Order: sequence, then structure tokens, then C-alpha cells
Amino acid sequence: MKNILAFFLSVIVPLVIITLVLRDAGKENTLLAELREEYSRPHVPSVDHSKHEVLQRDFDNPHEITAACLSCHTERGSEVLGNAHWNWERAAYIEGRGVTYLGKKNLINNFCTGIASNEGTCNRCHIGYGWRDGSFDFSNQYNIDCLICHDNSGMYDKARGGAGYPVPGLDFRTIVQRVGRPQKDNCGYCHFHGGGGNNVKHGDLEMALLTASREVDVHMGVDGGRLECVDCHTATNHQMLGRYYGVSSDNTQRLHCEQCHTSFPHTNRKLNEHTIKVACQTCHIPHYAKVNATKMYWDWSTATRRDEGLPYQVLDTLGNELYTSIKGDFHWAQNAVPEYYWFNGTADHHLLTDIIDLDDLPVKINTLFGGYHDPGARIYPMKVHRGKQPYDTHYMTIIQPKLWDAEVNKGALWVDLDWEAALRTGMEYLNLTYSGGHDFIETEMFLPLNHMVSPSGQALACSDCHVRSGGRLASLDDVYIPGQSRSAAIDYFGVLLLITALGGVVTHATARYITFARRKVRTI
Amino acid sequence: MLHMDNEIRVYIYRGYERFWHWTQAFLIFFLAITGFEIHGSFSLFGFEQAVDLHNKAAWALIILIIFTIFWHFTTGEWRQYLPTTQNLKAQLEYYVTGIFRNAPHPTRKTLISKLNPLQRLVYLGLKILFIPVMVMSGLVYMFYRYPKDGAIESLGLADLHGIAYIHTLGAYIMLAFVLVHVYLITTGHTLTSNLRAMITGWEELTDHDNDKPSAIEADDKPSSSEEAGKTT
Repeated sequence: MKNILAFFLSVIVPLVIITLVLRDAGKENTLLAELREEYSRPHVPSVDHSKHEVLQRDFDNPHEITAACLSCHTERGSEVLGNAHWNWERAAYIEGRGVTYLGKKNLINNFCTGIASNEGTCNRCHIGYGWRDGSFDFSNQYNIDCLICHDNSGMYDKARGGAGYPVPGLDFRTIVQRVGRPQKDNCGYCHFHGGGGNNVKHGDLEMALLTASREVDVHMGVDGGRLECVDCHTATNHQMLGRYYGVSSDNTQRLHCEQCHTSFPHTNRKLNEHTIKVACQTCHIPHYAKVNATKMYWDWSTATRRDEGLPYQVLDTLGNELYTSIKGDFHWAQNAVPEYYWFNGTADHHLLTDIIDLDDLPVKINTLFGGYHDPGARIYPMKVHRGKQPYDTHYMTIIQPKLWDAEVNKGALWVDLDWEAALRTGMEYLNLTYSGGHDFIETEMFLPLNHMVSPSGQALACSDCHVRSGGRLASLDDVYIPGQSRSAAIDYFGVLLLITALGGVVTHATARYITFARRKVRTI
Repeated sequence: MLHMDNEIRVYIYRGYERFWHWTQAFLIFFLAITGFEIHGSFSLFGFEQAVDLHNKAAWALIILIIFTIFWHFTTGEWRQYLPTTQNLKAQLEYYVTGIFRNAPHPTRKTLISKLNPLQRLVYLGLKILFIPVMVMSGLVYMFYRYPKDGAIESLGLADLHGIAYIHTLGAYIMLAFVLVHVYLITTGHTLTSNLRAMITGWEELTDHDNDKPSAIEADDKPSSSEEAGKTT
């Protein structure tokens, strides 16, 4: 007995001790507290622009304002001239294409399709004055619109159809004295309204972020971090961090959660190990478009319908457009669940000159590269915007229609509701050929989600992905996800093995019982 | 009267051996439950909890295995698993035909030879092939990603598929083994004599040879029990 006790003591005690040591100690996440402390310090401007003499005057011409800015900030002009916010294109090396110069300037999308021939209205969101057509002078720093980003008065506004010029009648004297670091509504002026309306394009960037709670966005929420965009999207010489892969191609100048949160953000070791293959956003942005709906589907093919000769629109009960004669049919989603794809930070784009492969539909307007075996790739949550847009049935290329003009009979679809004229005029503007035959083709566009991060308690749980069916990552078939993935062959073999073993045991036991019973009878 | 044999009581399983056996049995049972939950076969603890419990049980089993290897070598018990073909056929025949005729067990269980030739082979296979494969695949599963110097390192596996498949296949084989093992417990002298032996250490056997000592007296002291064993 004593020996048994000794054995138990010598085995159980070390077992218990080792298990206790191996247990994850309940470490406290001090990093978050440090970050909260750091980012709760208010931004204190180093300059009071109302004290500058050069700004104590009225301005008639917005170019004069830029000149006034540059009279002190002498080198900022040339900085901005090299900036993607200014050029709307960037040099990038794309596998299979080589060095390209792509951006909003020349790329298509499946929302409003593209800016070419539509600059007058689209380029309201350009940080310049007067980019109305190909004659715009990108080398003239007095064309820069400093105010759209740096106005802190909330009074500045750009004109619709004004090619970037402000609305008439602004009190520039007041506005210029209240410039400073860009605030959320500066960035949001354009980035909340991509695609032609609030939250239409991105799904995770919208006006609600100006007033939302931390449940909507833990970083920007008024009861959360109250962060400004530029707290994360920091800039050096006007070169900002952060990429939108509708127009970007390179894995450079990106903004990563890890820059603040490190690659060891969790106290749980297993969760930290996920960061090698799973982007933070995947678990921490369980839903997007949490407040206002975002556009999920845009069918251009139904545009140009008239009701009693007049263009019309159909709205849903929340005021979202379901149909407009100038744009076609839409589907919207609110509190949407992302789709998940591998992404390594590099992308390709379907150019207006690319031939459509009918065997590979829908046409991928942008292709985000990555896969499980790509060491640089991680799983990202994405909004996928699908739709139908015009293509040339002879040349098999996507067509850029002319959508907007200030006048009638200039070929603008939104004005004349005439597809043929819009397609011909748009392609003529680009010096591209149009055969005269068009139809509409399914396209899709991939938009990685980065905003509307939820509080940690609302992040995805293990079982959201580690589940046999219906998991968030069910569409990813190249990665083994415990709980979801299995080898059907091994499972069949295993079950067969168990059935065989059970069958053998039952047969053997039955035979034993029968022979035992017979012997018993004989003995009696 | 058909049964003329004397019943004898033999000390077969020592204290540590029984502790090891039952701890291992519990851990394997627990690993199977949590493991198949991780596999997605059913939901009981919830995935997160199942992983945590599975990993802890795995460590407990590994520690138990290390102690047991030590025990096997210090006590010389490892010799129990030396394979032999002697009586192998007889043992197989016993399970296939003899058991139905109430034939005697072809091998005699003693403290120094507690495993029949079939058991020797199966347990040797478990020890040198099955358990190492399960432990190694489990450890790789656990550590194919691991934190090191402020980064997450990788063992450099192309993917997890192969390791997961091996580990899953092993789990099925283990379940099938346990199923047969539990049944074979009932094939001793009586339906429960094997089970009682693994609980108390003492097993009731049938003494077919009357020239053998009718009972082997042994106590918990390994030295004296070994001596007792040697006299047989």
C-alpha cells in the first residue's frame, strides 16, 4: 500500500505541477492600456493660422489660397505633386504586366465604371482645381486644393460638376484661418461617398463613423478611441499609409493593425499563432455596413428605362435606391457578413484593353493575389461588389461609357439615357475602339475591409470557422481548418474500421454465449 | 463435474502498472472525446475548450509515457513485450475456436510473463509504432506554428493536411483497439477476472497443471514478487 501511495505521489504531483506551469498564465494585456493612454492625448496644433498676416484677407480665386499656403509651406506643393491623391495613378510592378502606371485616372470599376469622360463630376473628389479633361496641368502646384483636406471649419465644399472647384460664395477669409490637421470629415468628404453616395462603395467607410459608438468602430467611436483617420493613416511628406486595392497593386505603403497592436496582440498563444495566416480584420470585423447599407450589386443593363417617357427611381423603405433610370438596379446590404479570401497585398486589374475570358466569368475587375501556400498571404475579410456592366461584344473588352455632362446631347448617359451614344462617346474620349455592338457582362470587385473594427468581445469566436459546415471560411479549400476540414476517405475508413471491430466483437460474443448455453444444457 | 481445475490467485499487475493503465485509459478516452470534437464530429465542450482540454490531456499523457518508459527500463518490465512466435498460433486458435469449446487458455499468466504472445505483438506495436506516431503527429500539430523571439515561427510544413490525416487515422485505429480490448477483458477465467486483476493486481487463474504451486504468494514488494515469479 505504501508503495502505491509513493507511486501516486511521485507521478501525480509532478503531473499536476507541470500542467500548472504549462497553463497560460492570465497575463493582462497592458499594450491596449498603453495605446489608449497614448491616443487619448489631444492633438495640439503648433500653429494658429488666424495669426498669419498672409491669410488676413478675402480670396476670390481658390488658386490664390493655394499660393498663400505655399508662401509659407514652400516645399509642400512639390510633395503633393508626387502624391497618389494628386496623380490618381502609381507606378507598380504587376506580375505578367511589368511596370504599370495605374490608378483611378485610368482604371475601371463596377460602380460608376470610371472617370474618363466624366471628370467634370467625378473629379469633385480630386485634391485639385479644374481636372475637367486631359488638358489638366498636373505639374502646376497652384492647382492643388489644400482646403479639401485641411479645412477644419467644416464650411468648405466642392461644387457638383465643378471638376474640383469649390462652390461659389464661400467665406474663404474665415475658412483659411481655420486650417489644420485633416479630420474625419475631411477624409470622409470623398472616402465616405465613393461610388456616388454614402457608404455605396466601401461598406466600412461612411458618415455614421463621425458619430458612431464603439460597437460600430472601436477606434473611431465617440465612446471608443475617438481616433482621427490620420492617427493611423500617418503621412510623411504627404505620402500616406494605407491602400485601396480597387486602384492599388503593390504591397507597399500599407497600413497594418500590427503597427500599433504588434504581432502578439493576444494573451492567448494559439490566437497569436493565427496571425501568421489570418489577418486581424478577419476576426475583428465580423460585420460591415453596420449602420447604413452598402451597395452589393449594380446592374447597369436595366438603366435607361423610362416611366411615361420620364426617368424614374424606386427606393426601399430606408431610402436606398433600388432602381434609377440613369444607373440601373441595385442590391444593398446592411450588417453584411464579409467574404473571405487569401490576399498577399498585390493585385492586378482588368484594364479597358484586356480581353474578357468567357470561360472565367464573372470578370474580375481586380484580382487580389494570394493562397495558402503563399507565405505572404493571409485571409482577409472582403466586400465583394458584383454587377453587370457594358462590354464590347466584338472586341470582348469592357467599355467606358460617358455618364455625365453639363449639357444635353453630348452623349452622357445620365443626361440623355442613350446607351449607344454614351458608349461611343466614352470610348472616343479614350481613343479606344468600339465596335458598335454591346451587351452587359457579370463583373466582380474585391474590397478588403479594414474599418468598423468591433470591440474584442464581439470578435469572431473559434467556432465561427472551426465548425464542420457553415463556417465563415467554408469557401477556402486549400487550408486545413481543424473542425471544418477532413479527409472523407479517412473518415469512411475509420467508421468502417469501427463497424468491423464492433461487428467482430458482437459476433464473437454471440458465438461464445451460444456455445456456453449449449454446454450448460449438456452439463445439466 | 466438468471443471476439475483448481482456482489459483496470482499477483499480476503492480501498483504503478495499474495506476499507469487506468490513467492512460482515462486520458485516451478523454483525448478521443475532445479530439473528435476538434475533428468536428460532434459538439460537447465547444471548440475552444476542446482544444485546450485536448492539449492539456496530451501533455499529461506524454508525461505519463515518460514516467512509464522510465519504469519499464528500471524494472526490466520492457522484456514483457519481447515478441515471440511460440504459442502465437495457439493463442489465435484459442480466440477463433478454443474459446467456444471452453478449451483452456494456451498461455499461462504470471508476473514475469503477463502477456500472451498475441498481446506481446500488439502492445509492442502500440509502444514502438503507434504511440510514437500519435505523439509526434500531435506535437507537430501543436507546434507547427510557435512563437519565438517576438514572431510566429513555422516548422516549415507545407500544410497541415498530412499531419491531421495521420492523427485522425490514428484516432480511429485507437478507438477500434479500445473496442476490441474492452471486449477481450471478458475472455479471462471469468468474465470479470481480467478487469478485477487490473483493479486489484490479483487475478484468478485456472491451474491446469497440478504440479505447479497452487498459489503464488506475493505482496506489493517488487523484490519478493519477482522471487515468487522466478520460482515458477
